[in-house]
Amino acid sequence: MQLRIPSAAVKAQYVDPTQVVVDPVRHTTSPLVTGGSVVGIRCCDGVVIAADTLASYGSMARFQNLSRLVKVTDNCLLGGGGEISDFQEIQRLLENLITKDFCFNDEHTQSPRSVHQYLGRVLYAQRSRLNPLWNSLLVGGYTAGQSFLGMVDLYGTTFESEVLATGFGVLLGLPLLRKAYRPDLTVQEGIKVVEDVYRVLFYRDARSINRIQVATATEAGVTISEPYSLETKWDFKGFVNPRSPYDESTW
Amino acid sequence: MFRNQYDTDVTTFSPQGRLHQIEYAQEAVKQGSAVVGVRNKNYAVLATLKRTTSDLASTQKKLFPIDDHIGMAIAGLTADARLLSKYMRTECLNYKYVYECPMPLSRLVLRVADKHQIATQRVSKRPFGVGLLIIGYDQQGPHLYETSPSGEYWEYQAMSIGARAQSARTYLEKVFETLDNCSLDQLCRHAVLALRETVAALKDMELSTKNCALAIVGKDLKFTIYEDEDVLPYLDVVQAASLQPMDGQSSTL
Repeated sequence: MQLRIPSAAVKAQYVDPTQVVVDPVRHTTSPLVTGGSVVGIRCCDGVVIAADTLASYGSMARFQNLSRLVKVTDNCLLGGGGEISDFQEIQRLLENLITKDFCFNDEHTQSPRSVHQYLGRVLYAQRSRLNPLWNSLLVGGYTAGQSFLGMVDLYGTTFESEVLATGFGVLLGLPLLRKAYRPDLTVQEGIKVVEDVYRVLFYRDARSINRIQVATATEAGVTISEPYSLETKWDFKGFVNPRSPYDESTW
Repeated sequence: MFRNQYDTDVTTFSPQGRLHQIEYAQEAVKQGSAVVGVRNKNYAVLATLKRTTSDLASTQKKLFPIDDHIGMAIAGLTADARLLSKYMRTECLNYKYVYECPMPLSRLVLRVADKHQIATQRVSKRPFGVGLLIIGYDQQGPHLYETSPSGEYWEYQAMSIGARAQSARTYLEKVFETLDNCSLDQLCRHAVLALRETVAALKDMELSTKNCALAIVGKDLKFTIYEDEDVLPYLDVVQAASLQPMDGQSSTL
């Protein structure tokens, strides 16, 4: 058999496999289209969760009519901020979960606490693979006479509390929520409280708009309101000719 | 039943549409010592007869705790039951980890039954040779389920499987309508009396702390096993019953 010796041109094309450098697998490391704060308060007869209807593209207010509140079951609702495509993925996962329950056709349904724990497990698993679902979620619900409000973040941290918020809502909203919270707070009063919080957020959070939705979970079920805007006051002296009180120098 | 040419493996149907290997596996269940399960509005109880191979040996394990709220009694190949109990325990733990909620019994039993079914449809496997009576308490209340090597499962108010279980079933058929309204003690009493029926025909065998074990699960009661001395209070009813004629209607004690 003849030994075929490759020509110089063919030899030049040869690639040594041990010397090849390939780009490593990379996952998204920062969010692109993002939702803002979500705010929630637990009341004696239900839970109130609110979010504005903005999806920002960096500093651009790109999508101004987007609902960040979702009904999961008849007694559980979800509000999400952070990367919107990941939030949509989470919506899909939860839909599959509820469909599975439907297919079992027994009387068992996921409680808000189970949904909260499930999301926590999913988000933790993703982050452990360094491929997070970049969201901060509030899960709220009302079953068997008990209201539930919990939070899950992109690390998979979970906790439940009487008042919760995400993003700028933590800094500006939580103090207001904590001041307003009483164990016998009703859902109607809770709605007023979260509206106040969103007013402050619209004044001070640069990635927000004046269009919010409020969702409630009560004995009667889950309702998500139509978007509406809040009354805001812009004729404060400080707003008309804004100047920081710390501006002393002229340069 | 008699041997025939269609019973060599589980993947061969007989002309009558039967899978003989599965039926032989169900015979293995009938060889195991009897277990009885009963259920009422708030509790579910298992009563089991523990067999020994000899006086020197310890008794066969019949009751397996699966989770705080689920447990089971077995009849048949204990080794197969061990495998299944390991699977069920893992499923319950995983469910609790993901959903922060005790696993609903119907879903666990469905998974176990599916596992049984797989073994009836592979050339390389044999069916599980064990029948399970699973009791538990979940969101929907107490439950009693039976699984079979065929992969079928049923929910019962009262049931017995194993050797001479038909005698126990006959007793239970007489009393099952009263079970929902009876107290926990009465429920245990019925379970033990039903179990006693399976040994009534044997001359030198009777229920004692050595060969009887009870398990209860319910509204505020985790799955608890009562054996050895702990089962003595429940056996006292057997003493009382042996002094009066067997009557399924005497449940007013």
